[in-house]
Amino acid sequence: MRITVNGQVQEAAPQPGQCLRTMLRDLGWFGVKKGCDAGDCGACTVHLDGEPIHSCLLPAFQAEGRAVTTIEGLAGSCTLDGAASTPLHPMQAAFRDAQGFQCGFCTPGMIMTAAALNQAQRQDLPTALKGNLCRCTGYRAIRDAVAGLAHAEASDAGHDGPVGRSLPAPASLAVVSGRAAYTFDCTIPGLLHLKVLRAPHAHARILHIDRAAALAVPGVVAVLTHEDAPRRRFSTGRHENPLDDAADTALLDPVIRFQGQRVAAVVAETEAAAMAGVRALRVTYAVRPALFDPRMALKPDAPLVHDPADRDPTGRDGDRAGEDAPPLLAHPNLAAEAHGAIGDVEAGFAQAHRVHEAEYVSQRVQHVHLETHGALGWLDADGRLTLRSSTQVPFLTRDALCALFDLDRDRVRVLCGRVGGGFGGKQEMLTEDLVALAVLATGRPVKYEMTREENFCSATTRHPMRVRVKVGARADGRLTAIALSVLSNTGAYGNHAGGVLHHGCNESLAAYNCPNKRVEGYAVYTHTLPAGAFRGYGLSQTIFAVESAIDELARGLGIDPFAMRRLNAVRPGDPMVATSLEPHDVVYGSYGLDQCLDLAERALADDPGEPPPGPEWLVGQGMAMGMIDTIPPRGHFAHARIRLEPDGGYALAIGTAEFGNGTSTVHGQIAAQALGTTPDRIRLIQADTDAVTHDTGAYGSTGTVVAGQANHRAASALAGRILAAAAAQAGTEPEACRLTRDGVETPSGVIPLTELARGDGFEATGDADGTPRSVSFNVQAFRVAVHPRTGETRILRSIQAADAGVVINPMQCRGQVEGGVAQALGAALYEDYRFDAEGGVLTRTLRNYHIPALADVPATQVLFADTHDTVGPLGAKSMSEAPYNPVAAALGNAIRDATGARLTATPFAPDRIYRSVMAVRETAGA
Amino acid sequence: MDLDTITSVLQPRRTNDLPAWREGDAWLAGGTWLFSEPQPALARLIDLSGLDWPAAEISDTGLSLSATGTIAALDRLALPRDWVAAPLVGQCCRALLGSFKIWNRATVGGNLCTALPAGPMIALAVALDGTCVILRPGGGERHVPVLDFVLGPQRTALIPGEILRRIDMPAAALQRRTAFRRISLSPGGRSGALLIGTRGRAGGFALTVTAATPRPVQCSFADLPDAAALRAAIEAAIPEGGWYDDVHGAPDWRRHVTGLLAEEIREELAR
Repeated sequence: MRITVNGQVQEAAPQPGQCLRTMLRDLGWFGVKKGCDAGDCGACTVHLDGEPIHSCLLPAFQAEGRAVTTIEGLAGSCTLDGAASTPLHPMQAAFRDAQGFQCGFCTPGMIMTAAALNQAQRQDLPTALKGNLCRCTGYRAIRDAVAGLAHAEASDAGHDGPVGRSLPAPASLAVVSGRAAYTFDCTIPGLLHLKVLRAPHAHARILHIDRAAALAVPGVVAVLTHEDAPRRRFSTGRHENPLDDAADTALLDPVIRFQGQRVAAVVAETEAAAMAGVRALRVTYAVRPALFDPRMALKPDAPLVHDPADRDPTGRDGDRAGEDAPPLLAHPNLAAEAHGAIGDVEAGFAQAHRVHEAEYVSQRVQHVHLETHGALGWLDADGRLTLRSSTQVPFLTRDALCALFDLDRDRVRVLCGRVGGGFGGKQEMLTEDLVALAVLATGRPVKYEMTREENFCSATTRHPMRVRVKVGARADGRLTAIALSVLSNTGAYGNHAGGVLHHGCNESLAAYNCPNKRVEGYAVYTHTLPAGAFRGYGLSQTIFAVESAIDELARGLGIDPFAMRRLNAVRPGDPMVATSLEPHDVVYGSYGLDQCLDLAERALADDPGEPPPGPEWLVGQGMAMGMIDTIPPRGHFAHARIRLEPDGGYALAIGTAEFGNGTSTVHGQIAAQALGTTPDRIRLIQADTDAVTHDTGAYGSTGTVVAGQANHRAASALAGRILAAAAAQAGTEPEACRLTRDGVETPSGVIPLTELARGDGFEATGDADGTPRSVSFNVQAFRVAVHPRTGETRILRSIQAADAGVVINPMQCRGQVEGGVAQALGAALYEDYRFDAEGGVLTRTLRNYHIPALADVPATQVLFADTHDTVGPLGAKSMSEAPYNPVAAALGNAIRDATGARLTATPFAPDRIYRSVMAVRETAGA
Repeated sequence: MDLDTITSVLQPRRTNDLPAWREGDAWLAGGTWLFSEPQPALARLIDLSGLDWPAAEISDTGLSLSATGTIAALDRLALPRDWVAAPLVGQCCRALLGSFKIWNRATVGGNLCTALPAGPMIALAVALDGTCVILRPGGGERHVPVLDFVLGPQRTALIPGEILRRIDMPAAALQRRTAFRRISLSPGGRSGALLIGTRGRAGGFALTVTAATPRPVQCSFADLPDAAALRAAIEAAIPEGGWYDDVHGAPDWRRHVTGLLAEEIREELAR
């Protein structure tokens, strides 16, 4: 058929049931994104004869003879390779100038939609953009873009260097023009497609897999089952030390432990053939009883998730527990344990004038990065296994593949394109092992891109937790004792079970001075999809409990919640102690909690925000705080290498991936600051195991504070060398010289960088080892209205004060905070998993798993404390996970203030809270 | 998404050219539901867009909406001035979970045939006493009230080979006053309860309950009931266990808010 795309008449031969999105991508228009593949997210929006549509819902054949415009051609006709020459459409320019994106995966669809709005629609963005989901920004920057507000400063030289300025992301132009290449935005000749058969049972042993019919499907190249896979067990969870996590997972396992687990993979010439192959597989299972309720996991007769009888009797599969918070009890369903105590908790409660005790329940939520998990793999010209993956941890994935397949490090390369969101979900190896197996088995390039449904049913989630908290205080508000009892559900596998438990029970308690503290924590296995790393890494769940409890205690004592924190929170000089007096490497590199409390309190008092929707709505306000270590414990490493290039610019090699964290912007600013230049002169080579020696990865909020530190050291060393060489050439001292954008100013004139770059050139490296570590703080405050009978909640005012040290890029850091608040509001108000009686996930689409849309997210005022950290690079601290953590508690506290109802389980959805809200009112009225 | 089991597509130009139905066939209208979920049982698509059925016909007898008319076309309709129920059209279009981009493709008939409890075109058509005109395989047609067309979640009165041609709504229904209420767990979310009240010039009152129940429910009264009578009628029409249960609202809450919204509607139409 014939179709006009971006002004070009093209011939295409779509499959009868193919959607337009796939056809456009097959033609090479990669700006058309596949986010949900079901018409919910809008990332695939294109214009069909000028009308915006979701191209994943349009049968390709219906576009015959019609004109399609994609993001690449929004500004005017263009060819596939006409990248740089195309000017920007005003809406593209607006998104660039407002930096209305983070990972940018939703951006093409967002721009295509926004560009088609009429004036009336622009006035009602909650309605007009309800078909466009963004998981990163919290939508404020998108609103600003549509409104034409600009925030990005010009990136040419400023007076004091680039640090502290709101400079745009280096990929801005590529993102808004649809030319930024994400994981799957490339053409690989001879590519095979991999599809996975997923288990229909929560617990079963595979007796037999009949692959004959699948292999007979035309186009099917290989069927891979547990018989073809390495036996060695590993953890999908990736840490610097692989021993942290339990080695309990097999690439393909004859024992099924959750509904949705991989059973077999089919590799074929087309996706359709691979799917047909999957449907043709015949599997015989011996179904076993399953365990779903974590509260039953440690009963003596509970079904065993990792039955010792299933273990390899030779032990050669390496099955073992994780070393971070290892299980102490003998029960096989115990994945991890954390215990600790200081002082005497019982004596502390005896001294208390008031005690609050309740169980707070945090549900299972998903990351919902708009780019699903996936990887492409091939053998390079030297036969080296190469993976292009959607990951936060390319180096750790490389190491895991080496261990799994017995390959040397120089035989495996892992790299990233631009990554479409992570939020911790990509601190796992969920696809690369399977792709590697398929590449090694077939010798051909292989693609495995998870569907949105697979992402919901088989990828990881936050750890659901039940946290029983008991806190006591004297009449003056001083805490006398805190006890936490945590039950974390790690699902079928123990990836991150120990780390999340350990971390969750740490900063939530260490933030408070209290002589008596105790924690008992258990992470248990169940026959449900595995939990894993998620923004906040356990803290969002425990902080919900602790901060709700402190609020309730303060309320009972008649103490203002801000005052309660001022009274009890740690201050510089106070030991930061959770439940162990063991020495640690966390220091007060800076301290801004006091400022955060003041800023949030004042902002809340100064402006009440929106009026409530109606006179009968109940209004109240609440707050909560969070503390977080700026770097994860147990080692986090980064290396950077920077070189002066012949054109007088610099090439900076660094390990960290860009997935909306904004680290690339920060790296440019840090290096440019050290080298007296501008960020546009810094060319990043990143997220490639060939680029540097090692990088633990961008998780635990380390992109700026660890990799940025390595970068700063490398760039500073390089600056020193260039100055020394220039000084020698000019016959003077380096102190007499100054490095600028174009050259070194010496008393005898400027020596151009292009001249210095000749010869052997200049290169320097820098390392960071992630220790010591500092602490950062966040205070969230809300004013809310709650409908007394329907249970609906509306946020009238939202404020977050953040202590991020020196803010290297205020615009970007504000975006991280806003995005964190929005994502946390999703968990606090809407998001939840629902399962059927057999453990199958029912919430498999974005229309049944509601993440915040523009209509759901209020503006959050972001305020920064003025601090300078002695640990982080240039005084900076991390600020990416932390904004998420205090939100649920602050919202619960505000609802408590408005209604009198203390809510102890998220989400606070109307259908779950209306009874509590009404019950309090009825009691009060009676 | 790609429907990779589809092997052929038919694009008939005239109603008479509609093919004989066979297993694995699906009528394709806007495709906004069909292409939003895996359809492994389908092998052939019959594209209805080439039939060029007019989106809507307005006459003295009432409003006739083709099944293949889009939501966008419906929202653009200019209705006669004495059809005071007209605002209901826009309210129901806006109740669709999908955005205006979906309106450009999604059809009125598709919304009915998908038969989701929250389908707002179902609510609209039931509240306006709509009748489904169904083409039978091999010729002929039959008429079914919309209220009886939707049997439950994703279940309709259509038998294989039948096709929904249009929905007829009588002028009398369009001349009634209406009141619309909708609630969802999030501001723009899928409806947890969508209620429409209508009141005729002679005083007759009808309450249509959708989204809160697996299929639409209507309570009719010769005159405006008092609060207790309305409550009793809802309770009689929707038994315990008759409230829909999915992620868009717990059944007890749907029941509760249905009561609240019904009373608001009653009060509004009493004025």
